[in-house]
Amino acid sequence: MTAAFQVLLQVVGRTALERLRAAGHAALFSVGMLAVLPASLRHPSLVLAQVYVFGNRSLTIIAASGLAVGCVLALQMYYALLPFGAVDNLGLVVNLALVRELGPVVSGLLFAGRAGTALTAEIGLMKAGEQLVAMELMAIDPRRRLFAPRMIGGLVAMPLLAILFSAIGIVGAYLVAVPLIGIDATSFWSIMQARVDVLRDIGSGILKAAVFGAICMVVALYQGAESEPTPQGVALATTRTVVVSSLWVLCMDFFLTAVLLSAP
Amino acid sequence: MLANSDPFVELDDLTFGYGSGPPVLAGLSLVFPRGKVTAIIGGSGCGKTSLLRLIGGLHAPRSGRVIIDGEDVDRRDRSGLYLLRRRMGFLLQFGALFTDLSAFENVAFPIREHARLPEAMVRDLVLMKLNAVGLRGAAGLRIADLSGGMARRIALARAIALDPDLILYDEPFAGLDLVSTGMTARLIRKLNDATGATSILVSHDVPEALGISDHVVLLASQGRVVAQGSPDALLASDDPEIRQLLHGGSDGPFRFHYPAPTMAADFGCAP
Repeated sequence: MTAAFQVLLQVVGRTALERLRAAGHAALFSVGMLAVLPASLRHPSLVLAQVYVFGNRSLTIIAASGLAVGCVLALQMYYALLPFGAVDNLGLVVNLALVRELGPVVSGLLFAGRAGTALTAEIGLMKAGEQLVAMELMAIDPRRRLFAPRMIGGLVAMPLLAILFSAIGIVGAYLVAVPLIGIDATSFWSIMQARVDVLRDIGSGILKAAVFGAICMVVALYQGAESEPTPQGVALATTRTVVVSSLWVLCMDFFLTAVLLSAP
Repeated sequence: MLANSDPFVELDDLTFGYGSGPPVLAGLSLVFPRGKVTAIIGGSGCGKTSLLRLIGGLHAPRSGRVIIDGEDVDRRDRSGLYLLRRRMGFLLQFGALFTDLSAFENVAFPIREHARLPEAMVRDLVLMKLNAVGLRGAAGLRIADLSGGMARRIALARAIALDPDLILYDEPFAGLDLVSTGMTARLIRKLNDATGATSILVSHDVPEALGISDHVVLLASQGRVVAQGSPDALLASDDPEIRQLLHGGSDGPFRFHYPAPTMAADFGCAP
C-alpha cells in the first residue's frame, strides 16, 4: 500500500514538474518574442506581407461568419425584445454584442483555427525540413527574421478582421431587421449612433482583438517551433494550437471584459 | 604532421550525447588544419554529423571545447556564436532549402541578410554561385521543381554564397549522379584552393572524399579515432579497421548487424 502510494506520488510529482517546466518554457518563449519584436520593424515589408497573408487567408471565413452571426443575432434579439416592446433597440443590442464581444471573440477563435493552424504547420514543417537550423547556421535568428514579422502581422490583422466581422454582422442584422422584419431603418441606425461609444465600446473590442491576435500568434509560433519534426508531430502541434489558443482567448475575454467594464 | 600544422578548428576532449542517452562522442580530440580539406569517414551512427553540428554550435558538448580560429564556440554567447557563424558555410545533409523561395532567392538569402549590396550586385553574385554548381539556368525554378541532386547543388551554392572561411559539408555527394558527384568534388577542392578556406566534409563516398582531401580522419563508434593522415598513407595501410572503413566488406572488426539475440532465439527455434 505504502509502495503504491509512493509510486502515485512520484507520478503526480513528475507530471507536475513536467507541466511546470513546459509552462516556464512557453513563458520564456513569449518573453523572448517580446524582446525581438522591435527588430522586425526594421523590415516593414516583411510585416506588411504577413498582414496581407493572415488577413487575406481569413477574410472569407470571417466575412461569412460575421454575416451569419449578425443575421441570427437580429432574429434572436427580435423575439427576445418583442414581449417588452423594445424592438426599436434591436440595432443597439446587436451592435453592442458584436463590437464588444462576438466580433473579437468569434474572430479570435476563427483566426486561431485558420491563420494559427497554418502558421504552426508552416513553422513545424520548416523545422522538420531543417530550414530553421539552416537559418541559425547562417547567423540569422529565426525569431527575428521569421517569427517576429508574423507576430506583428497577426497583431495588426486580427483587429482589422474583428472590425470587419462586426461591420458585416451589423449589415446582416440590418438586412434581417429592416427589409425582413420591418423595423424602421432610421430607428435602427440612429439609436446605434446615439448610444454606442467609440472608445468604450468599439475601442474595447479592438483592444480585445489585438490581445487575442497576440495570443493566437504566440501559441501558433510556440507550437510550431516546439513540434516534433515528424508528420505526426506537426499534426499534433496544429491541433494543440487550436485548443490552447481557443482556451486562452476565452479566458482572456472574461478577464479583459471584467477589467474594461469596471474601468471608470 | 599535417594535422598539427596551424589548426583552424580544434576539438579538445569533446564528449557529447543527446539528452541523457549514451555518449555519441566520448573524449574526442582532433585538429583540422587551416586551408586544407579534411574528410571524416566512418560508419553510420559513429557521430560524424553530430561532430559537424558541434562545430557549427548547434549542440552544446557535455564536456570539452570546440575552438575555431582561436575562439571558443559557446552557445551561451549568442552574438559571439553568430559572429563565428558568419564565417562559416554549412551544407546540411538534406539541403534544407527554403521551400517557399526560388533557387535564386535561396542563394541570395544570406547575401541580402548580411551584406548591404545593390540589387544588381546581389544578382551577379548569386548567378556566379549558381554557375559554379552548374545551375545558373535553374535560377528561376521553385525548389519543388528541382530534383534531389539539383537541390543539393543549390544548397551548396547557398553555403558558399558569402565565401566563408570554414565550410562544413555533411554528405555533399549524397543523391548526386556520377557527373554531379565529380563536379561537386572538384568544386569543393577548387573553392578551397581559390579562397584558402578550411573545409571539413563528412562522406560515405570514400573514393571521391579521398580524391579531394589533404587529410582524412577515420572514426569508429563514440567518435573513436581509428586513424588519421593523408589519403595515400591510409590507403596503403594494412590495418584491418582502416581497410574495412576504406574498402568496405562485411568481414572485419566492424559488425554490420546491430547487436541482437541469435536468429534461432528471435524466430522461436531455440532448443
